[in-house]
Amino acid sequence: MLKVSNLSVGRGRISLLNDVNFMLKAGQALVLRGPNGVGKTTLLRCVAGLQDPLLGDINLEGSVAYAAHAEGIKGSMSVFENLKFWADVYGGSMTEEVLLAYKLNDLAQRPAANLSAGQKRRLSLTRMLVTGCDLWIMDEPTASLDAENIALFYMTIDSHLQAGGAALLSAHNDLNINAETLDLAQFCKARSIVTSNFDEPLE
Amino acid sequence: MIQLFTRDVVLSVRSGGGFGLALVFFLILVVLMPFALGPDQSVLAKIAPGLLWLGALLACLLSSDRIFGMDYEDGTLELLATSPLPLESVYLAKAAAHWFTTGLPLSLAAPVFGILLNLNLEVGGVLCLSLLLGTPALSLIGSFGATLTLGVRRGGLLLSLLVLPLYIPTLIFGALTVNAAALGKELDGSLIPILAITLGAIAILPFFSAMALRANLQ
Amino acid sequence: MSTKLGMKHFWPFFWKLANPKVFMRWSGLCLPWIIALTVLCLGTGLIWGFFLTPDDARQGSTVKIIYLHVPSAFIAINGYFVMVLGSLFWLVRRQHVSVLVAKASAPIGMTMTVIALTTGAIWGQPIWGTYWVWDPRLTSFLILFLFYIGYVALWAAIDDQDKVADLTSVLALVGAVFAVLSRYAVIFWNQGLHQGTTVTIADGVSQKNISSIFFQPLLLSMIGFGLLFLTLLLIGARTEIRAQRLQVLEGLERLK
Repeated sequence: MLKVSNLSVGRGRISLLNDVNFMLKAGQALVLRGPNGVGKTTLLRCVAGLQDPLLGDINLEGSVAYAAHAEGIKGSMSVFENLKFWADVYGGSMTEEVLLAYKLNDLAQRPAANLSAGQKRRLSLTRMLVTGCDLWIMDEPTASLDAENIALFYMTIDSHLQAGGAALLSAHNDLNINAETLDLAQFCKARSIVTSNFDEPLE
Repeated sequence: MIQLFTRDVVLSVRSGGGFGLALVFFLILVVLMPFALGPDQSVLAKIAPGLLWLGALLACLLSSDRIFGMDYEDGTLELLATSPLPLESVYLAKAAAHWFTTGLPLSLAAPVFGILLNLNLEVGGVLCLSLLLGTPALSLIGSFGATLTLGVRRGGLLLSLLVLPLYIPTLIFGALTVNAAALGKELDGSLIPILAITLGAIAILPFFSAMALRANLQ
Repeated sequence: MSTKLGMKHFWPFFWKLANPKVFMRWSGLCLPWIIALTVLCLGTGLIWGFFLTPDDARQGSTVKIIYLHVPSAFIAINGYFVMVLGSLFWLVRRQHVSVLVAKASAPIGMTMTVIALTTGAIWGQPIWGTYWVWDPRLTSFLILFLFYIGYVALWAAIDDQDKVADLTSVLALVGAVFAVLSRYAVIFWNQGLHQGTTVTIADGVSQKNISSIFFQPLLLSMIGFGLLFLTLLLIGARTEIRAQRLQVLEGLERLK
């Protein structure tokens, strides 16, 4: 489903991660691990197509849904309306059952502005379900979740994988799911800079 | 596209940001004019078409930095950019929603506000018509400017600097039409240039705006 | 270098200039000669124009401001053209030198616009009896000035070099469309009192709206202004390239 080869990504002109290679098949999940600032978000943004990689190829088959740190929740719309909007954008369907995945059914009509951080995160995780996409790219999905909801998250990921989906996740601590883990620290050794020939002596 | 348009309209009505404010700003501008220019009815009638066009234009500009600003700050724009919706459509939907919540009410209110400036109703009709055709161009150009200044903190002033020169042709043709009507001339296709600018903006600006959005999301 | 510099040789060479090193080498080689030519043409043209031509029968010595006014107006427009071309090349070919040339072109063109407007106003006072009228040609130049300001202001507002290059290029292209549109809108808006174009070149033949006694020094100072533009453009672009190099080298140093 996803094949990343010889990928270099960076912020500005300075590369953060070099020579990243991994593969993801349907039914698999991959956790990208690393400390803050190692380049997890940058790598995910590149795979999601928001940012151009400095070098290398990303081969992607199937549809992709991306969940960033910023959740893009509209406070003046209800939980249901927020989800309905994304379902419409992705051409998916919005059912009451989807709300059950993270137990948002009681909160459905509440304006999203009144949600707690954890509840907002649950809303953003539910959003992935309504997109109906094959590959989920999620940036630190378990941030601000309590133990009960982390368990719900693991269950949702499992059923997504069993349905033939795939997931690319980032985390700075261990995730207790059936997935391979890729430590990004190994890729940030040979940092370089895109010089566009400006490093050559000029005169 | 329709879902994004509807959502933007709903948001601007609920938050009370764009919908009423631009209209009230327009009204206040019209009320201030006689204080600056004197209450002479004939003078006011003479300059009313131009003033109303200029007022509508400034009201449009005033609300355009929020078109993308909110969605950029709360992360929605990133999510939209990774969705199946092309950025060109995102731009068009947002510009359309901006027009629906500012340009349209401004156009309809302009002849009514015109009464305050001694503008007769017949000319008011032409004014309304020219604004209805011209304000979509203003919204499209304003949204384009907003895609450029997305990442700039306090970009409002820069936005007006970039957008106001682009407004010039629309303003010229718009005010020209209404001024001619005020002198009792026939319309004679003078609305065509305004319509042409609007259609031209629909044709070229989505492409460039999407490019600017992509650059800003990098 | 081949003695026959046909188009076949020109374009491959032209694209090679997109490499900063090649650009610096060639611009460095050409610059002294261009500066010398600039001084020669501009000096001769202006001295000839100011001191060696008679006063105009109607306009007196005021007419001589034409040797500054017409060339600066000419460069003001072509500076914008260079800016648009550089931006277009950047968006298509993604090579930094072209967008840096565009960036360097803007302040020069902007200054030329100010010179054209100022000399026009100084000339207009005695001849038209007013410093400023809302004549289409004057108005268009004022609008052109506003477009220049927007472009320069956008460059100044954003730090990320590649991002700001994209955004200013988009603005330059859209701005060009609207600048042309404004030009026609303004003509439609007010038929003016500005005299017709001073120098028109059609089918390779010079048609003169002014007598040749004024035309020859004018042509020389126009060439001089063109060369002056080229000089300033090259110096500006070389400065920008050095600034980019400095940034890259600082980045490399920090990585060590």
